[in-house]
Amino acid sequence: MNSNKNSVPGMVFTRPTRADRVFDIVNGIIMALVCVVIFYPLYYVVLASMTDPKIVNTGRLLFYPESFYTAGYAKAMEYPALLSGYQNTVLYTVMSVVFSVSVTVPAAYALSRIDLVGRRVLIFLFTFTMFFSGGLIPMFLTIKMLGIYNTAWALVLPAGVSVYNLIVCRSFFDTSIPLELLEASKLDGCSDFGFFFKIAIPLSSTIIAVMVLFYATSMWNTFFNALMFIQDDSKMPLQVVLRNLVLSNQLSQGSSASELAERQKIIDQLKYVIITLSALPLIIVYPFVQKYFAAGVTIGAVKG
Amino acid sequence: MTGNRALPRKTQEKSTLMRILGGWQLYVLLIPALVCLIVFAYYPMYGLVIAFKNFKIRAGILASPWADPIFKYFTQFFSTSIAVNAIVNTVLLSLYQLLFAFWVPIVFALLLNQVRNATIRKTIQTISYAPYFLSNVVLVCIISVLFSANGVVNNVITGFGGEIKLFTSQAQYFRPLYIGSGIWQTMGFNAIVFIAALVGISPEYYEAAVIDGASKLQRILRIDIPLIMPTIVLMFILAVGNIMTVGYEKAYLMQASGNTTVSEIISTYVYKVGLQSAQYSFATAVGLFNAVINFIILVLANSLSRRLADISIF
Repeated sequence: MNSNKNSVPGMVFTRPTRADRVFDIVNGIIMALVCVVIFYPLYYVVLASMTDPKIVNTGRLLFYPESFYTAGYAKAMEYPALLSGYQNTVLYTVMSVVFSVSVTVPAAYALSRIDLVGRRVLIFLFTFTMFFSGGLIPMFLTIKMLGIYNTAWALVLPAGVSVYNLIVCRSFFDTSIPLELLEASKLDGCSDFGFFFKIAIPLSSTIIAVMVLFYATSMWNTFFNALMFIQDDSKMPLQVVLRNLVLSNQLSQGSSASELAERQKIIDQLKYVIITLSALPLIIVYPFVQKYFAAGVTIGAVKG
Repeated sequence: MTGNRALPRKTQEKSTLMRILGGWQLYVLLIPALVCLIVFAYYPMYGLVIAFKNFKIRAGILASPWADPIFKYFTQFFSTSIAVNAIVNTVLLSLYQLLFAFWVPIVFALLLNQVRNATIRKTIQTISYAPYFLSNVVLVCIISVLFSANGVVNNVITGFGGEIKLFTSQAQYFRPLYIGSGIWQTMGFNAIVFIAALVGISPEYYEAAVIDGASKLQRILRIDIPLIMPTIVLMFILAVGNIMTVGYEKAYLMQASGNTTVSEIISTYVYKVGLQSAQYSFATAVGLFNAVINFIILVLANSLSRRLADISIF
């Protein structure tokens, strides 16, 4: 069944022994269980979001949408905070990706150049902040002092350089841009700017995709910084809105008693709807971008 | 390879100043990141001095008077019972995490590596790190709905004749849920590093082992584990080094009035006293204590592993 192409490199195919067959069976079962345990909760949440609340409230295991129900999604639209949270998060994410990538990639390139004087010191200055930081309060005071408290910049600017991303990006340049290329370009009179923008960048679409992905996920998922640095409800990103609606139970705040009673019935189901809506962009994008994700982590692991 | 040496040698002939000036464009590329680093990493470190001052937000950091005695806020922290409790909770949560979660991605990577069919292997891996994309808020929301009194988990438990358990509000379930959900979310992601290390193992080892009649299990124990040991040690140092920095976002989100005895960790405590009740100097002192301890542990773990295994992160 196994063609050589599809198998672990270097596996020699002799007749499997009894012990190995047992191993394969047990391993197969473990792997199947792992997949079910990881996948089912996600599947269940999406499924529950479009199933009749009567069935969802029984807490029964679901395997397919038993009675298709979309009223939950219609109800979710009645929460204006959800829409504004969405808009804010999209805005913050776009701002953050543009800013962070244009700060990180050039710096990573410069740090990858062995002829950069003071390279080791500079790298140490960056790496040190991974292991020691000022912490919550000094960060909060810095944001206050800069006058960016309660603005989008309070979320975007501090996220400008993630040292981990910088290291991943630098490792990429270290290994993927051959020095011979730089030397040849220098002989042709190419400046460092010219080499970076005209030669290094076009060769780096993979790492730029990885950076976009890492920074976008990180900003999309930002919660605590928003809690600390943003004051107005109208500026809160999706994660804070989600916390308020699902975990702090602000869903049940209805305007009239009858409305409240009516809402109470579907509230648990509404939670599934809101969770699904919040995670939806990532769920949709995930299958297409996951290879970049793995690529980034593997590049980072080499140098780590 | 010759190109590798030629470039620095040529530039070394010039003076350092000339080399810096010659590479000015590289420094320009670095400036935005350096500004970010100084403003959002090093300036807050300077801000740590308020742990030793009676900080007034109007006066600013410089003009605020020094605390008297200088360690006033540190002694204040240790005189409260909350302090000891928060430290114990932080350390215990980390230790349990190390104990129960650290080895899981390694075992997963080793087992996944034994799946022969490449398509199946890739599919399992893709599924395994999908939850890593979810935010802490979404994760805790999922926990809260699945583990609620009328949720699917309790329904399964009662289906087997058990009683309904109040997972999200009772203290004894906080750590298992915290660590369990952490494994669920990060196992696949953390395994990527080990999988990469396994892929790098030369096929010759396996060929020799198969000829010698080694079973799959023996190959894992005698070839795979020893050869990825440097990666394991490296990840272990990092995990130990972060022992005092548990994910505060998740702990904060999972807090309920019934479980604060175990869920109040140093960082959630800093947030509450610092920002919610504006005791800036006190909260900074607590945070600084945490950061310093953390850093000391990291340095110790690093030097220990450098001495014992010649592996270090710096």
